[in-house]
Amino acid sequence: MPQEFKLILKHADEPGYTPDMGCYLKHGGYETLKKALQAPGRDLPDGKKLSPQEALREDVKASGLRGRGGAGFSAGLKWSFVDRRSGKPIYLICNADESEPGTFKDRQILHKDPHQLIEGMVLSCWANDVKLAYIYIRGEFPEGARLLNRALAEARAKGFLGKNILGTGYDLDIWVHRGAGAYICGEETGLIESLEGKRAYPRIKPPYFPAILGLYLCPTIVNNVETLCHVKHIAAMGPAEFARLGTPNNTGTRIVSLSGDVQRPGYFEVEVGKVTIGELIFHENFGRGLRPGRQLKAVIPGGSSSKVLKAGEVFQLKRKGADGQMAPVEVPMLDLPYDFDSLQSAGTMSGSGAVIVMDDSRSMVDALANLSEFYAHESCGQCTPCREGALWMAKGLHRLTHGDGRKEDAAYLAHIAQNIQGRTICAFGEAAAWPVLSFVKKFREEFEARGEADVAARAAAGSVPDSNRKPSPHA
Amino acid sequence: MSFTIPKNLEAELDELVTHYPVKRSASLMFLHALQEHFGFISNEAAEWTAGKLGLQPIHIYELVTFYPMFRQKPIGKTQVKVCRTLSCALAGAAEIREHFCRKLGLDSHAHVPQTTPDGRFTVEFVECLAACGSAPVVLVNESLHERVGKGQADEILALGK
Repeated sequence: MPQEFKLILKHADEPGYTPDMGCYLKHGGYETLKKALQAPGRDLPDGKKLSPQEALREDVKASGLRGRGGAGFSAGLKWSFVDRRSGKPIYLICNADESEPGTFKDRQILHKDPHQLIEGMVLSCWANDVKLAYIYIRGEFPEGARLLNRALAEARAKGFLGKNILGTGYDLDIWVHRGAGAYICGEETGLIESLEGKRAYPRIKPPYFPAILGLYLCPTIVNNVETLCHVKHIAAMGPAEFARLGTPNNTGTRIVSLSGDVQRPGYFEVEVGKVTIGELIFHENFGRGLRPGRQLKAVIPGGSSSKVLKAGEVFQLKRKGADGQMAPVEVPMLDLPYDFDSLQSAGTMSGSGAVIVMDDSRSMVDALANLSEFYAHESCGQCTPCREGALWMAKGLHRLTHGDGRKEDAAYLAHIAQNIQGRTICAFGEAAAWPVLSFVKKFREEFEARGEADVAARAAAGSVPDSNRKPSPHA
Repeated sequence: MSFTIPKNLEAELDELVTHYPVKRSASLMFLHALQEHFGFISNEAAEWTAGKLGLQPIHIYELVTFYPMFRQKPIGKTQVKVCRTLSCALAGAAEIREHFCRKLGLDSHAHVPQTTPDGRFTVEFVECLAACGSAPVVLVNESLHERVGKGQADEILALGK
């Protein structure tokens, strides 16, 4: 039976669990850190010796942990790219800017169990010779920032943070840095600019790979809240045990944020790939299905930037057959395992782990208009295709949802989106384009019908002069 | 109006600067603290920040005009931020905002934050507040209200009266 597996959220929702040091310690908190800092290092079969820090870095790689922020990139590999020979300080930043629409998992950790994040961060910093780290938390989490500041002060008082941590001679400080309402700060190079006190304009790569030229042009690691918590669990249970959770190449657990038209929206920590999209939506242990009498229409599987999935779609996925050979298999959308690789094979992504469900009462045109307004508002304005294109798409969709559409708007929207993706400094261009491309492609009749209906209504009412049309709020 | 920073606030800001190897990094945290104290970022506050951090005023103005949470004008005592992004929209965020606006005599079609003439309330649509599982959500000053229906919206208004 598909069910939750609580690793990160093991205690957070227990009655009486509080976000303070006393409670965390009572639940075995900071024991992993104490053990790790006393570890002797590791002898390899070839006679080489790994320092305890190198051993933890290797363990994170061996665990198969993939970043939980959106890209799903190997956390261990990301760490291995860090330039350790530059002579410059290495920084670590926890990305707590959680702002991908549909996502509300880091919120749970930050508000209910901040010490777990801090323990994961101290371990990660120690493993990477980091002496100064930041938690970049979105401005709309004022309570989260307060809780983190309190937890950091408690950790300093207990000697888990600050000078000479637990008597080992290792110094580390972590500070909270608040964002101020800009989605683009979730993009790691935009975040770095913001932390430097500038507008969050993402940097171009190359040369500005954070692992080499990050914060203050020093090597920098940027990891998501959930990813850093997992480092604690990898250190505690060992990489092999961690990799037994989940499925091959999609190891561990992840917290899925489920919202939209389900009976029981919420967050569910599951083993990656052990639960299908259909189970997340319909199973008793998760979403418990749609409202009475409704049919599924569409699923946004990995945050608003991921390509939409249409009810009834069937995908060709490669699966290992009984003979051990990889062979294509037909997988209906609802049977897609909720993991990184399956969703990628289905032409979309699991992104930040946010599933937004829409039933047959919903207009895809209205839904896309809502999302496009988000992207038009949040484009940082640095690259022309994105700054202008996101706005054009939002305006086009505003027309289409305000009685002023045309049949050719579907093609027009797709045309703009195609001219944004791949032509911007950061992935925001794709994030703005992909919803438009996928909605218009998969629900084209609905977009065209809306435009045709608008044309017919205008004709019936006699031609409406431009000056009488409702202005777009973006105009 | 002369611009003065209370001693304890200045001490708090001086401490913030020590968190960063480069002073400029503290600017966002300065603006948060100043906005919390004064209610908005005045030109004087922006220029004072620039002076304090060894920057030109433009380095601060460009932040105030880029980051949506900073404002250059005072707003209502109770700030009602209604999330407008998809999950909240599906759960009726537009009706909730409309309800706030109607009750307060504000224009529900306006696309910018609106403040009541008595200065008690500001109502605005904001982008995703990361609480989509309990949509629709409303951030009232610093507290999050979840699954907000019209009844709860009225309670929020009663509290701010």
